[in-house]
Amino acid sequence: MNVTGEKFAKFLLTAVAFSALASLLLIAVFIFKEGFPFILKVGLSDFLFSSDWNPQTGNFGIFPMIVSSLYVTLGAMLIGAPLGIAGAIFINEFLSRPAMRIIKPTIELLAGIPSVVFGFLGVMVLAPFIRTHFGGPGLSVLTAALILGIMVLPTVISISTDAISAVPNSYREGALALGATRWQSVHMVTIKAARSGIIASVILAMGRALGETMAVIMVAGNTVKIPHAVTDPVRTLTANIALEMANATGMAREALFATGIVLFVVIMILNAIALSVIKGKRNKQ
Amino acid sequence: MHFTTLKVFTFCAFSGVVLLSGCGKSRENITLAGSTAFQPFAEKLADQYMAKHPEVAITIQGGGSALGIQSAQTGAAQIGMADLVSLPAETSSMKNIVVARDGIAIVVHPSNPIAGLNLDQVRGIFSGTIKNWKMVGGADHDIAVISREAGSGTRSSFEQIIGGLKLTGDALIQDSNGTIRETVANDAHAIGYLSHGLINEKIKPVTIDGYSCCEKDIMAGTYKFVRPVFLVYKEDVSPACHAFLDYLLSAEAQNLLHDNGLIKAK
Amino acid sequence: MRLSPKITQALAVAILGSATFLTVVVLVFIIIFILGKGLPGVTWEFLSCAPKDMGKAGGILPTLVGTVLLPSMAIAIALPLGVGTAVYLTEYTRENRMTHILRFGIDCLAGIPSIIFGLFGFIFFVVMLKMGWCLLSGALTLAIMILPTIIRTSEEAIRAVPNAFREVSFSLGATRWETVLKVVLPNALPGIVTGVMLGIGRSIGETAAVIFTAGSSLRMPMAAFDSVRTMSVHFYILAREGISNENAYATAAVLVISVLMINLLSYSMMHRFIAKRSR
Repeated sequence: MNVTGEKFAKFLLTAVAFSALASLLLIAVFIFKEGFPFILKVGLSDFLFSSDWNPQTGNFGIFPMIVSSLYVTLGAMLIGAPLGIAGAIFINEFLSRPAMRIIKPTIELLAGIPSVVFGFLGVMVLAPFIRTHFGGPGLSVLTAALILGIMVLPTVISISTDAISAVPNSYREGALALGATRWQSVHMVTIKAARSGIIASVILAMGRALGETMAVIMVAGNTVKIPHAVTDPVRTLTANIALEMANATGMAREALFATGIVLFVVIMILNAIALSVIKGKRNKQ
Repeated sequence: MHFTTLKVFTFCAFSGVVLLSGCGKSRENITLAGSTAFQPFAEKLADQYMAKHPEVAITIQGGGSALGIQSAQTGAAQIGMADLVSLPAETSSMKNIVVARDGIAIVVHPSNPIAGLNLDQVRGIFSGTIKNWKMVGGADHDIAVISREAGSGTRSSFEQIIGGLKLTGDALIQDSNGTIRETVANDAHAIGYLSHGLINEKIKPVTIDGYSCCEKDIMAGTYKFVRPVFLVYKEDVSPACHAFLDYLLSAEAQNLLHDNGLIKAK
Repeated sequence: MRLSPKITQALAVAILGSATFLTVVVLVFIIIFILGKGLPGVTWEFLSCAPKDMGKAGGILPTLVGTVLLPSMAIAIALPLGVGTAVYLTEYTRENRMTHILRFGIDCLAGIPSIIFGLFGFIFFVVMLKMGWCLLSGALTLAIMILPTIIRTSEEAIRAVPNAFREVSFSLGATRWETVLKVVLPNALPGIVTGVMLGIGRSIGETAAVIFTAGSSLRMPMAAFDSVRTMSVHFYILAREGISNENAYATAAVLVISVLMINLLSYSMMHRFIAKRSR
């Protein structure tokens, strides 16, 4: 290959990268364009901190929804992240190859199941179970967090598994040669080396959990109230958008896009926290 | 060498898209969009109509009543399907017909001893003033109220017919007929409302003021929970559209809707 | 009290093993539940006929076709864009403020709810560009949705390729592009495939975004500008409008099996590719 070919390749890649990023930017612009005027009209603090959501009377307080989204997402991550990372480590480091060949596709299978199916299963199986054993109406924070936790497992496991298996064997062998046990080599060397991939998986999963709509609408109960117990029904920001969007015109519609902006900002904050946690750990070493 | 692979791949992809889009539209196209509840009925009617009129291709889309109205306005669809209790102001420049009516049944779990309620009790339950089943003659347990979401035609019809109802803030909200049915079917103390065509053995409809959600009582006007299904369209749609709309109001079409659980338009 | 390394290891294996076991049990339960409720309804007629009687009878053939076409088109668009962007970000630019911000922005976009993508797709592709509800609108919207996942997983996979590989390639006289194509990408393939799997999974499982852009017409799609209904959308409509729970579960069962087949196929293709290369 020659210099022109190389230049063309670089040009092509730059064009590709920019069109990809441009399309992502288009979405961001779309959301902001539709939602920002609303925030200016209504006032940020009223929008974010009022608990009165009543589009008919012009009240657009989304505080309960923000709190609910955070609870549900964090609950989902408390379930999905540890189980997922533990699973990824175990599958990669302590499981035999043939077993891994079976288990990995099974887990990735779950990624292809539509969220509506999860939601429906939640309504039919999980919600009655929670209601009988934990009380409350069954449609609650707990149910939503459980379903979401299960839904993000494939993401966490697959991406973490890739990160872990990408760690060169020489690292593991080096540790073993120094006398470490398998487990010591795993937690002192491999995991640290795979760290950025594992964190990426958690961040992507968190994004997915925060943005999930269908499954959550069916199992969370959708009452506009700040939950006092995990068995209380809640309405997340995404559920609010989906529920109200069909009928929203004018200001109500803008309110929903403004909710989209809030979601975006919440995700940015959560991601920023995650990133600073990594940076902090890295600096400590 | 890899350059060639890239070129070949791009060529294939491109020609694939071109070929796919080449298959022409030589038939007249009519698109209906809107209410997901009416969508299956519209599909069935469209199939019947197209069997007799192969020169027309009818496509039915969902997306909800609001999307249906918006689509009819922007021209993305020729006809919008809206199951709202009344059409919003922005449709005043368009024409509309009522293609069917749908009974709304108030349902409880089959194990619930309550067989009937009166209008005031229904209002009390859904507004939260009546919180316990024993206050209307049932078991001593909290009532789990389940409602549709704010934009639902079913809900606005329900609330308008009850009159003076502000839904309790404790109500659980589900966003479709099917999920309301599943929720009530799995909770012995729940009460909800849905399209009467969805009633099966897993839930039990209650009578209101002694009248039940059956065709006889609805047509007689004694069972009051009914809502219309509107079709909105612009005045200048094609003759083929008008022909289809006429078909929808014909006896054959109305009988088909009736056989599948809806109430005739007239 | 310090435990001996051997005991810590045994403990760790026990804990990790139980976590994995729990995960697998839950996941298998879900799959078995769906197949259990759905397989009885999956007959040859179900797979080969169009839906009749509003979906209460007949089959799901048009949705099968739709489920194959729509995600394929979405991946065909997103894969080159995503991998290309990942290559650009890792190989052709230096790690600086700009790339950090870009990466951050891409991560955040992964969390936007699908309904907003659907609305965007409706307003932009269906109405503004007058494409109407069709495969193309749906594929473009889905492609934008899965782009962040593909970019991030490809990026991680590419970064995981040891620099030594690149250096050896350069020292042999290869250009950057040749190195990327012949050394970096093949070694990053497993990670990229994971991203593709997740992207396919998401495309197949999406409902709201698809309904708003590709529509939900039950007719057999013949052209890129025809509307399609995917199996997920079919399940969504059957279950939520209470048309037929049996058929809904049967559709879900077919979906699960299809996804399984796609995954296995992709993995076997990938393993064959890697095996061929290492000869």
